[in-house]
Amino acid sequence: MTTDTQAAAPELGKARLRKEDARLLTGQTNWTDNIVLPGMLHMCFVRSPFAHARITSVDVSAARDVPGVIAAFSGADFADEQASLPCGWPVTEDIVMPPHPPMATDEVRYVGEAVAVVIARDRYEAADAIAAVDVNYEPLPPVLDMRAALEEGSPKVHEAGNKCYVWPFVQGDIDAAFRDAPVVVERTYRQQRLIPCAMEPRAVVASWVADEVTLWSSTQIPHVLRFALGAFFGIPEQNIRVIAPDVGGGFGSKLQVTAEEVLAVLVARKLGRPVKWTESRSEGNLTVHHGRDQWQTIRVAADRDGRLRGLDVDLLADMGAYLMLVTPGIPLLGAFMYPAIYKMDAYSFKCTGVFTTKMPTDAYRGAGRPEATFAIERIMDELAVELGMDPLELRERNWIKHEEFPYTTIATLVYDSGNYEAATARAKELFGYDELRAEQKARRESGDPVQLGIGISTFTEMCGLAPSRVVGSLRYGVGGWENATVRVLATGKIEVVTGSSAHGQGHETAWSQIVADKLGVPFEDIRVLHGDTQVSAKGMDTYGSRSLTVGGIALAGACDKVIDKAKRVAAHLMEASENDIEFVNGRLHVRGDPEQGRTIQEIALATFTAHNFPDGTEPSLDSEHTFDPENFSFPHGTHLCATEVDTETGRVTIRSYVAVDDVGKVVNPLIVEGQVHGGIVQGIAQALYEEAVYDDDGNLLTTTLADYLVPSAADLPHLTTDRTETPATTNPLGVKGVGEAGTIASTPAVVNAIVDALRPMGIDDVPMPCTPERVWRAIQSARDTGAGQNGGGQ
Amino acid sequence: MASITVTVDGVRYSDEVEPRLLLVHYLRDRLGKTGTTVGCDTSNCGACTVHMNGVSVKSCAVLAVQADGTEITTIQGLSNGEWHPLQQAFNTEHALQCGYCTPGMIMAAADLLRTNPHPSDEQIRDGLEGNLCRCTGYENIVRAVRRAAESGVTP
Repeated sequence: MTTDTQAAAPELGKARLRKEDARLLTGQTNWTDNIVLPGMLHMCFVRSPFAHARITSVDVSAARDVPGVIAAFSGADFADEQASLPCGWPVTEDIVMPPHPPMATDEVRYVGEAVAVVIARDRYEAADAIAAVDVNYEPLPPVLDMRAALEEGSPKVHEAGNKCYVWPFVQGDIDAAFRDAPVVVERTYRQQRLIPCAMEPRAVVASWVADEVTLWSSTQIPHVLRFALGAFFGIPEQNIRVIAPDVGGGFGSKLQVTAEEVLAVLVARKLGRPVKWTESRSEGNLTVHHGRDQWQTIRVAADRDGRLRGLDVDLLADMGAYLMLVTPGIPLLGAFMYPAIYKMDAYSFKCTGVFTTKMPTDAYRGAGRPEATFAIERIMDELAVELGMDPLELRERNWIKHEEFPYTTIATLVYDSGNYEAATARAKELFGYDELRAEQKARRESGDPVQLGIGISTFTEMCGLAPSRVVGSLRYGVGGWENATVRVLATGKIEVVTGSSAHGQGHETAWSQIVADKLGVPFEDIRVLHGDTQVSAKGMDTYGSRSLTVGGIALAGACDKVIDKAKRVAAHLMEASENDIEFVNGRLHVRGDPEQGRTIQEIALATFTAHNFPDGTEPSLDSEHTFDPENFSFPHGTHLCATEVDTETGRVTIRSYVAVDDVGKVVNPLIVEGQVHGGIVQGIAQALYEEAVYDDDGNLLTTTLADYLVPSAADLPHLTTDRTETPATTNPLGVKGVGEAGTIASTPAVVNAIVDALRPMGIDDVPMPCTPERVWRAIQSARDTGAGQNGGGQ
Repeated sequence: MASITVTVDGVRYSDEVEPRLLLVHYLRDRLGKTGTTVGCDTSNCGACTVHMNGVSVKSCAVLAVQADGTEITTIQGLSNGEWHPLQQAFNTEHALQCGYCTPGMIMAAADLLRTNPHPSDEQIRDGLEGNLCRCTGYENIVRAVRRAAESGVTP
């Protein structure tokens, strides 16, 4: 693989309209809930109304008598076969990993935990029969606050206690960095609990024929799900087929092996009939894994001139009631990102995982990295205030200069490439940074009740999960490679099979562009297949912004193998040496004689007929490639946000938002821009709108979209986006991940802007989400204490 | 059971339905009109938006019996062969990613342009307030609706 041919090729970088859209725009999409099978039944779950309780009895007999009901089961009915839902990331040797039965049998530990299931002919009848299931509980004390949970004498979520693990990571002499440091700033930030809210609710259909099961699921991870069903639930892997049809968004929430998936498989086997389950939104808000939920204590030491000496981070991370697929590892994805783009002498990180009686947490867009980026970008602003420096100037003083790449960070990552100067310069220009600072000054001086704030986020992140050896060293349960197959059909058309299963990212389009470039075949002649383990046998699926940087490279590798095979056939047909064959734009010719060539399509047909074929050569151009990355991918960028904060009402309005992202080489700028837009808005949503709220009894109060504020178009600003392009040096396409970058970058940009607007009042934080009430209360509190009378600051 | 007669995407159906059956479930489960999706249970998300007698409604908030005698248009009946200008514009502006909200978003946008053929960006944002998208950040949806408006959508 060489980058030279790609640079000359036409498809990479082209704003191709998406192939996927034709079915999505016309209502021909194949969502899991659309699937109807002969004899199919519908499941509905009875769920715990208590955050913590002992189950004293479950009686499903009356439900069985409800018209239309075929069966009803309690957890005890599956005690022998339901095993425990898997956690694939036991982050330490002594981690506490409590059993997690798909249906509770003796104790429930969060509101919404399944305790029984009713199966009926249609979804209405199944829902009706739920009321007839009689469950008796003996309430136990809920455990809702992470800090209180760690105190002596706290009620226990599990017998082994509420501490799940402690994971430390220290680099450099942290004591020396803080000892005698001229400036030390310490803050504690709250990462509120979020609900991913993919627009398509989860849905599952399971069907057995003899000893073979097919599971359709709205999942991001058909391959990992198949592996888990085979490894942990006693079903021979070769008898399991998992299909992820069109999937309506994931954002990490469908990176899971769920109770409902496992129970659908077990119930369908028990009844000998296919079953379907589709969640309601309120059921989903309760029982789709949540995200974030951390307390972050962060301390930074610096010299007076702003040079960073050291960083110390102490996290409490809420696991919720159980460990799901990668629950314990999520905060650790952030562990390596707190030092961000900055150089420093020492770094210390510690994370304590805590059990509470709430829905388990797990991956949500960015997964650990938004939390880290928030804390470091927030405290950089605080440090700038302490030093009396412009926050951008402080960042520039500490960031890795573009000529210093590759650079090994204090957190031991090797950043292959980047240009923070270029992205920042472009962002400042688009934003009008200096003009806005001048306006801010004027409005402060005039005492304008609506104050202007400027928020900065100069972020990077690690994605493209992941080098298998590295994640293995972190005790992650599977590898990080990806697989692709290119099938060259007899007519010269191409079928691509990818293990990276998309759910809105546009793989069918982007993968076609990569193949069109590599093989010189028309974009339209390529079809991309994915999301069915019978079609795509191998894969590690889609999460962690890995599809292009791992799956796309696997695909490029498979194309190279096709070219090698085609060269051998062409050499035979043209009676030349294989070494003399050149492949240029879909055509093979003898070096120095471009007239006497064969197209790849002609080679495809010659291979199909195999009438005149080289001895000892397999008549097939089809090629498979598995790629294991050597490093992560480190996209970066500079996001600038201007907010207007009404100091009388607390209302925050985003006046302008500029994002300049560097994701390396770009396959399709339309798709990249779309990912950035959506990502930014999910981060804005955390800053301003969204929070999963539990009451003092452990009831989730935000079960609907009326309570959990996923923002609408009317709540959001216009976004100005642009790119700089610093190619990755660790993969042959030069690409970096983009799926999570916007979300990682935007939350601190918005909150920094709000705090910047209020800084003269003596305010140095507003907890997220920064609702008008919270902003107003922060202002009142500052006024009451008389802070900031002399123009603010500490 | 109640008898209803309803025209959906140009085809007339007569059915016996439970009075509690939601229109969206009638469309999806009885008629196989699965282009219309369900994203919530509180009529906040708008994924299920269809037109009833030419006006957008959230079909999860309408009973099938209330649709008796009406004409329903879903995303599957919006165009006759050629894509509707909104479908075209959503494709051109990359206004969809996973596509789950898209049918409802387009049906809501069509109704918006019926009542306001030349909306400002702010009016587009306000007009689509009842339809949630988790993928696009709405930026390209606004562009697509503006593009469709400029191309002159006929109601």
